[in-house]
Amino acid sequence: MKIIIVGLGKVGQKLAERLSQEKEHSITVIDLRQPVLTDIVNAHDVMGITGSGASMDVLEEAGIRSADILIAVTESDELNLLTCFLARKLGSCNTIARVRNPEYKKEIQLFREDLGLAMIINPELIAAEEIARLLRFPSAVQIDTFAKGRVEILKFKIASNSPLCDLKLLEISQKLGCNILICGVERGDEAFIPRGDFMLKAGDYVSVVGTVRDATQFIKKIGLKTGKVKNSMIVGGGETAVYLANHLMKAGIEVTVVEQNPDRCDELCFLLPKATIINGDGTENRLLMEEGIDSAESFVALTNMDEANVMLSLYAKTRTEGKIITKINRTAYDEVISNLGLDTIIYPKDLTAEYILRFVRAKNNSIGSNIETMHEILDGKAEALEFNILKNAPVANKTLETLPLKQGVIIACINRQGNIITPRGKDMLLPGDTVIVVTSHKGFSDISDILR
Amino acid sequence: MNYRLIFHTLGWVISFEGICMLLPFACALGFLEQNPFIFLICMGICLLVGIPLTLIRPKEKSMFAKEGFVIVALSWIFLSIFGALPFFLSREIPLFSDALFETASGFSTTGASILPNVEALSKSMLFWRSFTHWIGGMGVIVFLVALLPLSGGDNMHLLRAESPGHSVGKLVPHVKSTAKILYSIYIGLTVLQFALMMADPGMDWFTALTLTFGTAGTGGFAILNSGLATYSPYIQWVVTVFMFIFGVDFTFYYCILMRRYKTAFSMEEVRTYVGIVLVMTALICLNIFHMIGNTADTLRHSAFQVASIITTTGYSTMDFNLWPQFSQMILVGLMFVGACAGSTGGGMKVSRVLVLCKSVLKEIRVLTHPKCTTRVKLNGRPIEHETLRGITVFFISYIFIFAIALLIISFDNFDFTTNFTAVAATLSNIGPGLCGVGPTANFSGYSPLSTMVLTLVMIAGRLEIFPMLVLFSRKTWKR
Repeated sequence: MKIIIVGLGKVGQKLAERLSQEKEHSITVIDLRQPVLTDIVNAHDVMGITGSGASMDVLEEAGIRSADILIAVTESDELNLLTCFLARKLGSCNTIARVRNPEYKKEIQLFREDLGLAMIINPELIAAEEIARLLRFPSAVQIDTFAKGRVEILKFKIASNSPLCDLKLLEISQKLGCNILICGVERGDEAFIPRGDFMLKAGDYVSVVGTVRDATQFIKKIGLKTGKVKNSMIVGGGETAVYLANHLMKAGIEVTVVEQNPDRCDELCFLLPKATIINGDGTENRLLMEEGIDSAESFVALTNMDEANVMLSLYAKTRTEGKIITKINRTAYDEVISNLGLDTIIYPKDLTAEYILRFVRAKNNSIGSNIETMHEILDGKAEALEFNILKNAPVANKTLETLPLKQGVIIACINRQGNIITPRGKDMLLPGDTVIVVTSHKGFSDISDILR
Repeated sequence: MNYRLIFHTLGWVISFEGICMLLPFACALGFLEQNPFIFLICMGICLLVGIPLTLIRPKEKSMFAKEGFVIVALSWIFLSIFGALPFFLSREIPLFSDALFETASGFSTTGASILPNVEALSKSMLFWRSFTHWIGGMGVIVFLVALLPLSGGDNMHLLRAESPGHSVGKLVPHVKSTAKILYSIYIGLTVLQFALMMADPGMDWFTALTLTFGTAGTGGFAILNSGLATYSPYIQWVVTVFMFIFGVDFTFYYCILMRRYKTAFSMEEVRTYVGIVLVMTALICLNIFHMIGNTADTLRHSAFQVASIITTTGYSTMDFNLWPQFSQMILVGLMFVGACAGSTGGGMKVSRVLVLCKSVLKEIRVLTHPKCTTRVKLNGRPIEHETLRGITVFFISYIFIFAIALLIISFDNFDFTTNFTAVAATLSNIGPGLCGVGPTANFSGYSPLSTMVLTLVMIAGRLEIFPMLVLFSRKTWKR
């Protein structure tokens, strides 16, 4: 597909990197800053054009008339919308705009319709939704949902006293009697798509796929907490905090927001009338103690400083047993940070890029089937994809044991009109199903890709 | 430094050269030459060296600017060394340094020769000589990138180091597709020229093909001692037009093919190039009219010579050594200007000269209006400071290399004009100079030391200097 990316911020760069790895796309990037463009063109197989995305000449040069998708992710919401508007007028591509200013919250629907946008993304909102989901299920490090929320992939750590320790995968369903499937294991830097004889060890991060109910049951049986948190302490009162607090309060969770800037606090009071707004420096231990960090069931570090977020979270970990979530903007040091022993780290930029990638993959559908949902799991080393099975798909109407699957591919779950089936060898994929596939391969765009 | 990647790519380049030798081998068989297997032997040597090298798999596939420069510079040096084998092993050029000079001159599309009598070479050797022009014109790495799943091939560093021009860009997002498009245009134009040449009833395919190769790569090896003087006016006009065509930035043709006529015809460099050719042809016409005395011939000879020198081809229809000083000076000036960036021609490139002239005008403006803010523009867009600096530094390095080479070859005690134009003709990849290295003379008088220096100068000129400077810089190889 021909894809144009306007704006090379962190999200734009991430998209250029990921999309150029999938060789079938032709990617053109547009940015005003020549040095950034040069870097990207040197590092990836993309074409760079200097200029503004809202200029007709520049868009023409980038080949807007034959483009399939235009993604506008510059800093400015208005420029993004204008670019998408122009792109629609000049060509017939799908347009995606990043709009983050909450002031446009109500207008977004109007923009989408009148400007013909295929998608509007709001990174803060995406991050907030992700965090809210995690707080509803605090034992998990990462939660991804499929089949319209019916199926979840949960990632959690095996503690040294867990019943799963030194257990082979085959023995798990016998011992615990749960209808779940372990679809991925991370041990140190390595990630596995395990087979039945794989032995689990303490310290592994395990990704489990199953229906929400089965997964909850499973978590309970292995002795982890399942209930949602009762209260949450948020440090940093940015947009993400507002979206998050709204979400949490709707779910009946008590929220305390600590924000340094008194003016912003006034605004927060207005935006979040039911939350407790504390004006103070979140990095002051005494303040956090006073506001009850010791009894907080969850702690979310959302300041604009990555370093402060890391330090805050490490401190919070010494004071509370609760769930700790850390927001990190820069992905450059993710390996260092993941070794610090923090619970869950949220990368809003990655989430945004992943969101867009999912859309691109879905647009790239072919006749046989298409992608419904896509998530990166196992620390980006594997993907979980949900495919629609269409009538003439090559895998349809065959029992699973007869399908010649590639190495490192497992069929994790079948959703047949809302019934979730944990697949066994005799099961078949039928047209109309959606199927969740976990794979260590990257860039699958069609269900037939799982075959050898 | 990623040595495995360098060896791997070099392996491909050498193997590719070996395969290219199939064509002159077929030619030798076709003409029933005495020693037809010389090319097969050389091909064997190339494959024997090349294939084991390709088996070295790079562990780290990412390529950085440094590797790009080193790979390209080494590739061209090895191309010349292995390409010289047929001349040397067949004893048709007995001295290896001479054979190397001849091959480097071929690949770098210079067209300077050390052969006193070209006609003494066998046909297959003549074919190989001209074929190296064609390969060198668009570049070997570009070809490999287009065809092979080369490690690091989707990387701009390789293409940038090999392609001429101050800012090598892409035509389409994928490097591979860009390389394919460039080669398709190149092959298309080559075929067109060959067809037009064959339209002349007095033309045989061998002459047409070798001349086409020389024109397409803007090389300039002729197969007769008299150059192109004895061919019909029609052939001379076809060659003139195609030399001119191959000196234009290939982006121009791509825009035409994509029907982006407005972009194509507003390319400032191409317009300037056309302007220079027209004005210089007119000036030379006026200057040499009294020597020839007939308008059609005057026009043909002037246009031919101007196109030949500005595109750095180096064919000649007339001994311009005998022309008036004014015309000779114009030709020497054109030697430095060269063709457009992104073409197969050499020299400093019209765009660089254009930008340099504009910078001078800008400086004058700033001197008279000290507070004036102004930017140098090309194609209506301001040029980045980095690019401008790159062009200035290129110009300075050009002069330095020129001076050093001139100093070394002056050991041979030729007169100033000979030495000066010899370096200009090799550094700008033209071929013939003036006086002792004029169109009817050749480089055979130079000592092995000078030919070696000029060999390096030719490759440096083709790769636009920096890859060679990087290769020979101590810092590159430091850990």
